[in-house]
Amino acid sequence: MVHVNGDNKSDSLIQVRSLFKTYTRGNESIEVLKNLNLDIDRGEFVAFMGPSGSGKTTLLNLIGGLDLPTSGSIVVDNDEITGISGSKLTDWRARHVGFIFQLYNLIPVLTAFQNVELPLLLTGLSKAQRRDHVEAALSIVGLEDRMHHFPRQLSGGQEQRTAIARAIVSDPTFLLCDEPTGDLDRTSANEILELLSRLVEDFNKTILMVTHDPAAACQAHITLHLEKGVLIESSKVVCE
Amino acid sequence: MNAVSLILMNFRRKRIRKILTVCSFAVALFLFGILAIIYDAFYLPIEIAGADRLVVQNKISLIMPLPYSYRGKLKQIDGIDLVSYGSWFGGVYQDERNFFVQFAVDTETWNDMFPEFIIPPEQWKAFVEDRQGCIAGQNLVERYGWKIGDRIPLKGTIHQGIWEFNLRGVFQGKRASDDTSQFWFQYKYLDEKSDLMRGYVGWYYVHVSDPGRAEAISDEIDDMFANSPYETVTETEKAWTAAFIRQFGNIKVLLMSVGGVVFFTLLLITGSNMAMSIRERTGEIGIMKTLGFGGKRILFMVLAESLIIALAGGGIGLFMAKLFAMQGDPTGGFLPVFYLSSRNILLGLSISVLIGLAAGIIPAVQSMRLRIVDALRRV
Ligand SMILES: Nc1ncnc2c1ncn2[C@@H]1O[C@H](COP(=O)(O)OP(=O)(O)OP(=O)(O)O)[C@@H](O)[C@H]1O
Ligand SMILES: [Mg+2]
Repeated sequence: MVHVNGDNKSDSLIQVRSLFKTYTRGNESIEVLKNLNLDIDRGEFVAFMGPSGSGKTTLLNLIGGLDLPTSGSIVVDNDEITGISGSKLTDWRARHVGFIFQLYNLIPVLTAFQNVELPLLLTGLSKAQRRDHVEAALSIVGLEDRMHHFPRQLSGGQEQRTAIARAIVSDPTFLLCDEPTGDLDRTSANEILELLSRLVEDFNKTILMVTHDPAAACQAHITLHLEKGVLIESSKVVCE
Repeated sequence: MNAVSLILMNFRRKRIRKILTVCSFAVALFLFGILAIIYDAFYLPIEIAGADRLVVQNKISLIMPLPYSYRGKLKQIDGIDLVSYGSWFGGVYQDERNFFVQFAVDTETWNDMFPEFIIPPEQWKAFVEDRQGCIAGQNLVERYGWKIGDRIPLKGTIHQGIWEFNLRGVFQGKRASDDTSQFWFQYKYLDEKSDLMRGYVGWYYVHVSDPGRAEAISDEIDDMFANSPYETVTETEKAWTAAFIRQFGNIKVLLMSVGGVVFFTLLLITGSNMAMSIRERTGEIGIMKTLGFGGKRILFMVLAESLIIALAGGGIGLFMAKLFAMQGDPTGGFLPVFYLSSRNILLGLSISVLIGLAAGIIPAVQSMRLRIVDALRRV
């Protein structure tokens, strides 16, 4: 289940309470998130929509431990991440979160295989174990025959699928996708969305996805709108 | 892939720029190698000159002679265990550009006075037995392709006429820095054939048994001949060599300033190249940090990249300098000891490392401190 009112007492996978995020630039301050609450259970596929500048990326970055809130708490799988600092947070992120961004995802000098292997270099896995994991992840996204291609030799959709393989290779607790299809044509975008749905249905992954695209949002179980610093549950976007 | 290959993968990008940066290092370190060779050619003789050998020369000038009779008086002085002498010849071999040092030497003592030069005993014997015999250093023999038994004519400048010598031996230096481009022949031959120096020698070498007393003995010698028509100045060979080299001006400052400018320029080039290539990778560094690569690891990776460039380029440059040095003195005799020492190779590599670190440290610290949210925000 997904809730946005903050009075859920259950043990959801992700629990966000009274979250505030204020940016100050000079003597001007922008309150982006204002007392935001959110509960997401394991296995959910949640889409976040909202106008540009409403704070979607900000929220995702906070839940992913890339940034710290001004106040409030975020608990993931019983870890209060707002209280973890520095290198511990880096380790937590490596174990629990898989990220997929719109841009800059792949390292251009590494092959698809090496890009997917990257996060595993930080683990104690042997070379053979790493290879098994990477090949498994690449076959889930359907790129086993493109393993040794460099990003510039892949299409935009294939690049994003490689990014997804890298996000799932270390079997994280949940995936954060910030406009994963923002840079893709319709066909490639649909492939990516199908893949994400399959990760949820077949592998019971939990996915939080920011998107501007109703055709993307309709793939999710639920769509939340970010407006004026808080989330509003809207009626499910139906695919056309 | 592993941590090391992850660093090396970066050499796949902007190859031209990387190669040019490596080349900058190579050129700068090649130049450093040449400067170091020239520096050593001038200053190593001071370093390796004997502290237990004194040079006694005419107070007025080195080119003024001293009486042969001083030899006996020097021998009397307590603490001196060997007295030898020599004279400058200044002949020309074939062409005036073929410059090398020629000494008329005392065959009885010269060999003992300069143990750093090694000559097979039978060659020395053949030299002593032939009034027109001569001995040349290895470097000289190689330069002119001489063989033992060759007849070598020199055209006298101070002592007129054509002088012919028979090459009886070749000497080697114990150290690479020993000057083996000298030419020695018998003082007796000079004395016989020219009356310019009859009864005189160019200068004396004396060997003291206790280097600690070198100063005192020098004073004693100069006092002994004070107020005579041939007053002396006595110095250790070290001080004498240093004074000789000072004549050429302050080579040290010249070489150091050229080297300084070269390295400063290198630092600017490498520094801006590193800064540029790291700035271009801001997004990637953000991704790596997102994946769990910590700040220290990123810092280390950037520094390692800069160090690899520095060491690769520096190594190539020094290797080329070494190859160049092995071709021998390109000035045709002006820098007889033309040699790149391992000490200078190490110094060159250390300078490369320092410049590599200095060029990499600012982008490395910036990458370490880079906040992921800023790196990923599109600009
Ligand atoms: N580091 C920052 N400093 C100052 N203001 C910031 C910073 N990061 C974000 N903001 C501001 O916070 C607001 C929310 O930004 P955010 O990127 O979260 O929006 P978004 O909903 O993801 O927008 P978009 O749909 O365009 O990606 C914007 O007004 C933005 O200018
Ligand atoms: Mg955004």
